Amino acid sequence: MLLAVVSLCLGIVLGSGALSTSATETPAPTPTPTSDFTNTLTINGVLRDGDNLVEGAEITVAGGSGFEETATTDDTGRWAVVVPEKGEYTVTLDPDTLPDGVELRDPDKATSTVAADEWLTNTLTRSFPLGADTRQTTGFFEQFLQRLAAGLNFGLLIALAAIGITLIFGTTGLNNFAHGEMVTFGAIVAWIFAVLLGLNIFIAMVIALVLGGVFGYLNDWLLWRPLRRKGVKLVQAMIVSIGLAIALRYFYLMNIGGDTKTMSVGLSDAVVLGPVRITTGSLLSMVISVVVLLLVGLFLTRTRIGKATRAVSDNPSLAAASGIDVDRIIRIVWVIAGALAALAGVMLALYRQVSWDMGFQVLLLMFAAVTLGGLGSAYGALVGSIVVGLFVELSTLFIPPDLKYAAALVVLIVVLLVRPQGILGRKERIG
Amino acid sequence: MDWGNIFGNAVGELISPTTAAYALAAIGLGIHFGYTGLLNFGQAAFLLIGAYGFAIPTLAGAPLVVAVLCAILCSVIFAFILGIPTLRLRADYLAIVTIAAAEVVRYVVTTTGLTDFTGAANGLSGFKGTFAAINPIPQGTYGFGPFTYSAYDWWVRIVGWVIVILASVLVFLLMRSPWGRVVKGIREDEDAVRSLGKNVYSYKMQSLVLGGVLGSVAGIIFILPRAVQPANYTTGLTFFIWTIMLLGGAATIFGPIIGSMIFWVVLSLTQGILYGAIESGAIGFLSTTQAGQVRFILVGVALMLLVIFRPQGIFGNKKELSFSV
Repeated sequence: MLLAVVSLCLGIVLGSGALSTSATETPAPTPTPTSDFTNTLTINGVLRDGDNLVEGAEITVAGGSGFEETATTDDTGRWAVVVPEKGEYTVTLDPDTLPDGVELRDPDKATSTVAADEWLTNTLTRSFPLGADTRQTTGFFEQFLQRLAAGLNFGLLIALAAIGITLIFGTTGLNNFAHGEMVTFGAIVAWIFAVLLGLNIFIAMVIALVLGGVFGYLNDWLLWRPLRRKGVKLVQAMIVSIGLAIALRYFYLMNIGGDTKTMSVGLSDAVVLGPVRITTGSLLSMVISVVVLLLVGLFLTRTRIGKATRAVSDNPSLAAASGIDVDRIIRIVWVIAGALAALAGVMLALYRQVSWDMGFQVLLLMFAAVTLGGLGSAYGALVGSIVVGLFVELSTLFIPPDLKYAAALVVLIVVLLVRPQGILGRKERIG
Repeated sequence: MDWGNIFGNAVGELISPTTAAYALAAIGLGIHFGYTGLLNFGQAAFLLIGAYGFAIPTLAGAPLVVAVLCAILCSVIFAFILGIPTLRLRADYLAIVTIAAAEVVRYVVTTTGLTDFTGAANGLSGFKGTFAAINPIPQGTYGFGPFTYSAYDWWVRIVGWVIVILASVLVFLLMRSPWGRVVKGIREDEDAVRSLGKNVYSYKMQSLVLGGVLGSVAGIIFILPRAVQPANYTTGLTFFIWTIMLLGGAATIFGPIIGSMIFWVVLSLTQGILYGAIESGAIGFLSTTQAGQVRFILVGVALMLLVIFRPQGIFGNKKELSFSV
């Protein structure tokens, strides 16, 4: 019953998304529930000559089983071919269809192959370098700075969502496994308003922030407050949040489909800061993250409600005895957590792309951040997030990129071995 | 709508090897959570380790017994690695660390650097030879109605369910023994057991290893009718095993088995009915892809309702509630 209402509210928000995106044509799902049954397989790319996008060039994808399809680049230089299976393909650019004056950098490299074991994701990208080589070879130090900037950005982004997790844990004791879905919610709302409805990204961001807060409020009002009244135990509540996460995730999948969606809102221009190249989107998201985190910090330390929040975190019964309305504080915490998670979702969408399980993919990193910093401590969450963000990005200098999340999770396990209460946690919190 | 076919498929799920594998994994998780109170959210990793621990040696030419022992040994080692840092921690830390460890293992087998061993994202196949070779059933098709299978399919089902029954008997006997009483005591009040001079840490570790070994054997049963696919071992798998365990009752003998049967029969029924309704035009607003997704929304909702309104499951005893925190 509770869920029906939640889904209904979500349905209204997602309604426009459901109408304008047709369900992707995929094979019928196998009975194995965890198999990946949303696989539209695509080979795509963007053709550019220096900073100019190349329109009208033809690219042919041919496969072993007689599959052949030709795509033409559009006015943004993009091309994409949907292929039937995760097999081997050859991708060929027809040099005759290139505009006058544009040539392949290496005329022998008009064909590129796709091997069967490259299909780690449902989308593969092939690029064809055109024109003279303008890239600069980067040294280790430049790469390090580049990764450092990316890691800082990612860490701040995780921090936005992780502070919500830690505030909820501090005030209610709940490990909210559905927090990733709150992040996805923000990204989907922003995508609907910015891409589908064509609003300015900043307006979409504010809408996502507000609706995220409403979503957090509804979470508390419809589900968690009744459960608190019912006296549901913490482990029970944690498993309820897992159920909620599964239901919401597949609800998103049903409505927006399984493909990733790009947030092409014109924030992908590169800015050069000394040795570091960064997109305006990333720069913006770092600035917004820092400002919002500072505001949250000020809220927690300077305002009456913020102080009350910390009091409830410390000892709910004592806080209630001193006249603090604990239920009201928890409600406020849920609204803040929902809004921050939604904002993190928008940033994540700008940093990467929008997909139905994007929040779930970073949920464990957020938990790792919160646990590293010490469960229940807001500053700990910030420190832990930045450690996780930096570790994820910097580890790619030494290990294969597909293991970067694993590296961050290993750090979590190792830190718990040495310092179980986390970096800024208090000893009493371990049992 | 072809009701005969829909019910036939659903009834077939009752004895399918997948149902057996999930039941066995849920029995293992029942030892962890139901009896000992350990919040293990990494059961998928034990299945993964069982699957790869069996498939890799078999593909390298090892005989069946060696491959099975290798899978079990790997899961024991993994249980120790998991248990040493985490069993001293509070319950919710354990949950986060086990879920993290399970994802680490999955990332490692999916990485392209290990393609020669694990097949990366493509997984492994072609490891059924040694198991099929000891099949005593002559070639052919046996059975009646919805239960008509080939000799190999029957062999997988028989072995799978015999193991499930043996595991249930083992758990039944263990939990009546002094060991079982200590373990249940840990679930109820760790400090009380400690004050009786028991080494709580050691008992928790034994429980983790035992449940993990059952999980890895479940992993072997799970892959016998299919290929090893790393995408199958996400946290989603762990959550489905939790749902099955909680559905039947965490601290019960028959709970995991009945839970697994109900789970798969209901999934099969809802899929059949939804597909049938869509094809006959009774439901216009869903595509068949979306119908597959609706079922998992139902799983999530069912998990929530179950934990809120009947946390002891179908067979559970309210007095033996595992939610002590």
